[in-house]
Amino acid sequence: MEFVIGKYNYWIYIVLMMIGFYAMIAKRNLVKKLVGMNIFQTAIILYFISIASKKGNATIPIIQKTQGAINPADYMNPLPHVLMLTAIVVMVSTFGVALALILMIYRKYKTLEEDEILEILRSQK
Amino acid sequence: MTREFENIIVQTVCRILTPFLQVYALYVIAHGHYSPGGGFQGGCILGASYILMVIAYDINAVKLRMSEKINTLYCSVGVFIYAGIGLLCLILGANYLDYGILHKILPVDAVKARAMGTFAIEIGVGITVMAVMVSIFLNLATDGTHDEGVV
Amino acid sequence: MKFFALVAVILTGVALIYTTIDMPDWGDPNSPANSHVSPRYIEKSLEETATPNVVTAVLADYRGYDTLGETTVIFTAGIVCILLLRRKKDDKGI
Repeated sequence: MEFVIGKYNYWIYIVLMMIGFYAMIAKRNLVKKLVGMNIFQTAIILYFISIASKKGNATIPIIQKTQGAINPADYMNPLPHVLMLTAIVVMVSTFGVALALILMIYRKYKTLEEDEILEILRSQK
Repeated sequence: MTREFENIIVQTVCRILTPFLQVYALYVIAHGHYSPGGGFQGGCILGASYILMVIAYDINAVKLRMSEKINTLYCSVGVFIYAGIGLLCLILGANYLDYGILHKILPVDAVKARAMGTFAIEIGVGITVMAVMVSIFLNLATDGTHDEGVV
Repeated sequence: MKFFALVAVILTGVALIYTTIDMPDWGDPNSPANSHVSPRYIEKSLEETATPNVVTAVLADYRGYDTLGETTVIFTAGIVCILLLRRKKDDKGI
């Protein structure tokens, strides 16, 4: 039982990741696949942020007292927060480029369902 | 008649709110040292203030304030500031992006010069993020032609 | 088609949950993520960089080169959107 209590944060984010993964491979519309990719990336970011917490009375990583020795057990781990800032920027960039590619596909084929696009490609050969 | 009335309210409120949004964005960039914030967060809020004006008004009316050529120039100016500060540290004698050597040209000591160098690169990051947010939004919402009104 | 996707997703989920047996507990102060370089950043950040916000100090001072790469990533995304989509109004449609 204490196995569940110790690690249930990982399981919640794995469930969220699998919802996004299912949307990426099972939906037929291209925009819905893109929304699934966004859910997947958000779950990864939250998973890393949950690693940064510490038990006891650890607060946010902004140094409160400026005199004397600073105890690292008083502050949360700042390193996953830093890495996830980069990950959020990469998420926004891939979302923008993917939407631009979807607009180009719509200009050429006039539809966004993937089976209709495959039909047009097969009949053009 | 109802449509005309709600346009007046939306346009007036957005026009009044935009300067406060921009001042708040500059506050978030400048207080990145003392509270949560920094270059990326402030740059997003700056871009959002421009996008709010495009949504409330027509795009041709907002393009008079910041043209597309200036916006694309701002994309590169931010990265140029960031790399230029690193090159300045290299010219003065230290490693690349080693801000401690900036105490030779600024009237502060070596530890405070690192904080000054950090602040200068956050400005560059904020400018680039604002310009890229606006540019991606305009290209996606008007399908390439920066000309029609936003539906 | 959707049934196979569901089977694949459930298998991946079970495999991922099986790997969490070896991971540290939630909030453990001695986990490997909290032990090697992160206490040094917290202890030495105020006297070396004069910045109370440890996240900004790590992002812009200790790991400033990664932030340069990230700014280049978002610059490249903006340039790609301009290159793919921008067209004049009197072009014939594709």
